[in-house]
Amino acid sequence: MRFDSLLDSLGRTPLVGLPRLSPSADVRLWAKLEDRNPTGSVKDRPAFWMISKAEKDGLLTPGCTILEPTSGNTGISLAMVARLRGYKMVCVMPENTSAERTQLLKMWGAEIIPSPAAGGSNEAVRVAKGLAAEHPDWVMLYQYGNEANARSHYEATGPELIEDLPSITHFVAGLGTTGTLMGVGRFLRERVPDVAIVAAEPRYGELVYGLRNIDEGFVPELYDESVLTARYSVTSEDALRRTRELLTAEGIFAGISTGCALHAALGMAAKAVQAGERADIAFVVADGGWKYLSTGAYDGTLDEAEQRLEGQLWA
Amino acid sequence: MAIEVRIPTILRNYTDGAKAVEAGGATLDELIADLEARHPGLRERLVDDKGLRRFVNVYLNDEDVHFLGGLDTQVSDGDTVTVLPAVAGG
Repeated sequence: MRFDSLLDSLGRTPLVGLPRLSPSADVRLWAKLEDRNPTGSVKDRPAFWMISKAEKDGLLTPGCTILEPTSGNTGISLAMVARLRGYKMVCVMPENTSAERTQLLKMWGAEIIPSPAAGGSNEAVRVAKGLAAEHPDWVMLYQYGNEANARSHYEATGPELIEDLPSITHFVAGLGTTGTLMGVGRFLRERVPDVAIVAAEPRYGELVYGLRNIDEGFVPELYDESVLTARYSVTSEDALRRTRELLTAEGIFAGISTGCALHAALGMAAKAVQAGERADIAFVVADGGWKYLSTGAYDGTLDEAEQRLEGQLWA
Repeated sequence: MAIEVRIPTILRNYTDGAKAVEAGGATLDELIADLEARHPGLRERLVDDKGLRRFVNVYLNDEDVHFLGGLDTQVSDGDTVTVLPAVAGG
């Protein structure tokens, strides 16, 4: 496959079967390898679409500064595109994210403004909104409310899935901005009767939920509950266990949020087996494991890894 | 009367600091009413006149109750109900 530039190679990622983790010939799991994107995560898709849309709308002009609250991957993707297109990049990122994320952001030239660990990404959003008000010339693309985020998945990820797996019955992805689930979910619902759209949401330690007030809770503007059929909360322990299973059983070295999605996907598979129904369950490998090596997620016992991850944002 | 309800840090002022409390009922609505009787003030933090509050997520054995029937979700002995504030990701 030949492309004119790195950005032209975005998307069209492989969908690979999981012969060992699939329970039977009738109930199969499929991994959409989004780590095979230019910066190694699914976020390259929304980043590219959001920047392209802002350019079309005349919001972004050469030399502009882009501002974004991010726990890492979106910032890394935006920083890469910004570098190629001639923008400055400022990321607001919670302190409790892996060291690799900071290193990668700096590598692509982004400036990082840390936000307090308590409150996690909610705090990053709050800090970024404050900065946007102070710097009206900065352009906040705002992945949580930017339709181009979901659109990137409606226009590309969804069609890729249908093309590779016309018999799809379930789509499972991590829930963060909700962009992947909203975009792919809407696309599939228009074409596949009774398709299940399943969200897998990380359940963190208490620090991350340590808001001062329950009304500081945050629901992305993109979120439309009616697109989903189920939503599961997955503990760090389950996510880590599944991440390791994916590595040992199928050879796929993925990040921890992938284990979260796999956990929900295996739950769907077990239900299908129990009901005696056939199922083709596709789930998203949001990124590879590289960015999480320093967290110790892959070393020692599961208990040790879980303890090391306490208080960290892993999705 | 043996449904465990896990309470987030931010609402533990209603449960004397307890991380988890017990309550009973056949539906989530009844369970929350029983919680209110034991821990006055808690109901209002979970429910408003339109149903479950937008910034509060409630899970029955790890599944979001919005997709199970909301306040009409059936609950039974041995279940675990978890309450968490909504958080961002990405």
